[in-house]
Amino acid sequence: MNGGRAGAGERDGGFLRRTWAMLVKELLQLRRDRITFATMILIPLMQLLLFGYAINTNPRNLPAIVLMQEESDVGRAILTAMRNTAYFSFVRQARTEAEFDRLIADGTAQFGVEIPANFERALRRGERPALLVAADATDPVATGSALAALNGLVRTALRRERGLPDEAPPASFEIRTHARYNPAAVTQLNIVPGLLGIILTMTMLIFTALSVTRERERGTMESLLAMPIRPVEIMLGKILPYVGVGFIQAAIIVGAGTLVFGVPIVGNLALLAALSTLFIATNLSIGYTFSTVAQNQLQAVQMAFMFFLPNILLSGFMFPFAGMPRWAQWIGEVLPLTHYLRITRGIMLKGTDLATLQYDTLMLAAAMLVAMTIAVLRFRQTLD
Amino acid sequence: MGSADDARADAPAPAAGPDVVIDVHGLTKRFGDRTVVRDLSMQVRRGQIYGFLGPNGSGKTTTIRMLCGLLTPDAGGGTCLGYDIRTESRAIKRYVGYMTQRFSLYEDLSVRENLEFVGRVYGLSDPVGAARAAIARLGLEGRSEQLAGTLSGGWKQRLALGTCILPDPQLLLLDEPTAGVDPKARRDFWNEIHALAADGLTVLVSTHYMDEAERCHAIAYIAYGVLLARGGVEEVVRASGLSTWTVSGVGLNDLGARLARTPGVDMVAPFGANLHVAGRDKALLEAAIAPYRSDPALSWRPDRATLEDVFIDLMSRAEDNFR
Ligand SMILES: Nc1ncnc2c1ncn2[C@@H]1O[C@H](COP(=O)(O)OP(=O)(O)OP(=O)(O)O)[C@@H](O)[C@H]1O
Ligand SMILES: [Mg+2]
Repeated sequence: MNGGRAGAGERDGGFLRRTWAMLVKELLQLRRDRITFATMILIPLMQLLLFGYAINTNPRNLPAIVLMQEESDVGRAILTAMRNTAYFSFVRQARTEAEFDRLIADGTAQFGVEIPANFERALRRGERPALLVAADATDPVATGSALAALNGLVRTALRRERGLPDEAPPASFEIRTHARYNPAAVTQLNIVPGLLGIILTMTMLIFTALSVTRERERGTMESLLAMPIRPVEIMLGKILPYVGVGFIQAAIIVGAGTLVFGVPIVGNLALLAALSTLFIATNLSIGYTFSTVAQNQLQAVQMAFMFFLPNILLSGFMFPFAGMPRWAQWIGEVLPLTHYLRITRGIMLKGTDLATLQYDTLMLAAAMLVAMTIAVLRFRQTLD
Repeated sequence: MGSADDARADAPAPAAGPDVVIDVHGLTKRFGDRTVVRDLSMQVRRGQIYGFLGPNGSGKTTTIRMLCGLLTPDAGGGTCLGYDIRTESRAIKRYVGYMTQRFSLYEDLSVRENLEFVGRVYGLSDPVGAARAAIARLGLEGRSEQLAGTLSGGWKQRLALGTCILPDPQLLLLDEPTAGVDPKARRDFWNEIHALAADGLTVLVSTHYMDEAERCHAIAYIAYGVLLARGGVEEVVRASGLSTWTVSGVGLNDLGARLARTPGVDMVAPFGANLHVAGRDKALLEAAIAPYRSDPALSWRPDRATLEDVFIDLMSRAEDNFR
């Protein structure tokens, strides 16, 4: 019986070997778990399409008001144009400045156009008068593209009003936007890089948040702990396969964002890939840390969610970072997504290089190391 | 991490090894304010098959977990394979095969994948080859790609034993390895354990089966966390000082109930169609049964106390002492 035992010889260099053993095991389990596998592909696609739809579709029926400080043909033409377009749903004409402000503040209207006094005369003189626009930008996707729509709409209205052909250069005017509650001009392009971070945060957190608790709940932890494997090896073996998964997700999102929504990648793609990998590993480490602290899978998911929320709210994805109160900014500074948003927006939209992003890169790396250290220290090596 | 333990993570096999493979003293484990194992000492020699018996919840699993470093004793200590159970558990884990009471391999991995995983973790030079050899040895060729979770109970046990011995351990800790296994498979299992022991492997096996206890070189009986008896089977039976009578006939239920209340009778237990009546004091016992010996409906015969008699007696006494 003993004689038949093959390959019982030993080898050193156990660290890599055991980490590899864990990694292979995790990959095999991942392959078997159809639902998780489906989620991995479906979640990014679903979210991307969902948000992508919101990005691509011009806003419909955005409740709008108009304040006319002068009675002029130009003003009436603009009003008519706004009434007739599907972009805006004309709510009413405000009588006073105060009413105008109140309607936007209480949410009756998300969009207000103010035609200042002497607008028509200034326009005729070629003085480039300003059309004042107040937008409740708490919904930046909607208001962002409504502004673009308004621009075209007013130009057309002005041409019509003067009976000019469509190609003729219209009278020159300016739209002076006052994006209330959201001073940063959020454009559509900001969304896809942000979405990349959001989707990666959510999926990566959940993957590893379940990994240790799952072993405990299924009873396999007892065998695993009885084997000569270290907490670090278990951790790396469980994190590494998902780095690959996260990388594929990131590639899907960036690919679809570029192809479908025309988001550019101005900067270095390799740098984006490298820093995305770092971000993925950071979130996996944080999820894994939850997993070592939680008593069961439900708790782990709850922890992941509690962490996910501030990431969405305080990272600059929802609200512009600079517009947040200082305390919120401090919280935001320790969230990985905050730094990743700066990285993706920087690289994809502005072509920023690594030197400029080194602070954010270091913060991500630090967060990862802190999470891993806590996880290894917290990992219970006994069943006590 | 970072403990002195790590330095010995890849410690060499305890070469010739100490002759006493398990040597622990005063092991105590508490969960909350319940003492689950109390002042337990145990010595197991190399090559021995050591049976570990006791009623449900008596602390067998807890003791085994302390031996392989999965639980930290609250008091006491000792060595396993010469390594300290408190500080050198990583070295212990390398040379101990622990088969858990509940199946704890990966149910969503196939038989082959489970074996290969264990082979890799233990750093075998050829985990794939070792797994293949183990599959052949276990007679699992037809099922190597079957998911472990879909195996029948008996095959799961075989696979669990197979993974335990794959890394060539020096000590096996088997926690009720044959629970729910058919008699033929159970016999094969025990033949295998004896073959392994003959090769120098030491085996500590917990069980509830008396026939298995009798196949052990030595046994220990634990109840309510206290070790009550240990030694060879004969030794334990003799040390109990139990005299036994076997009665057959009609109205045994009634008789049993009456005898159980009679002084001098320490244990009454039905055995098939018979009744075992036992007492620690031979004379008192004979006096107690004397009134019934003349009953023509009953036939009395003096008998040798079985291991089961001894255990039931030990258990009921322990109940009096610790409950
Ligand atoms: N982690 C734990 N926390 C609290 N109590 C525990 C824990 N593990 C075991 N116990 C208790 O310790 C006692 C001994 O349990 P143990 O599993 O060691 O018994 P056992 O002899 O193996 O029983 P069985 O024959 O049923 O397997 C039981 O009462 C059990 O409820
Ligand atoms: Mg048990």
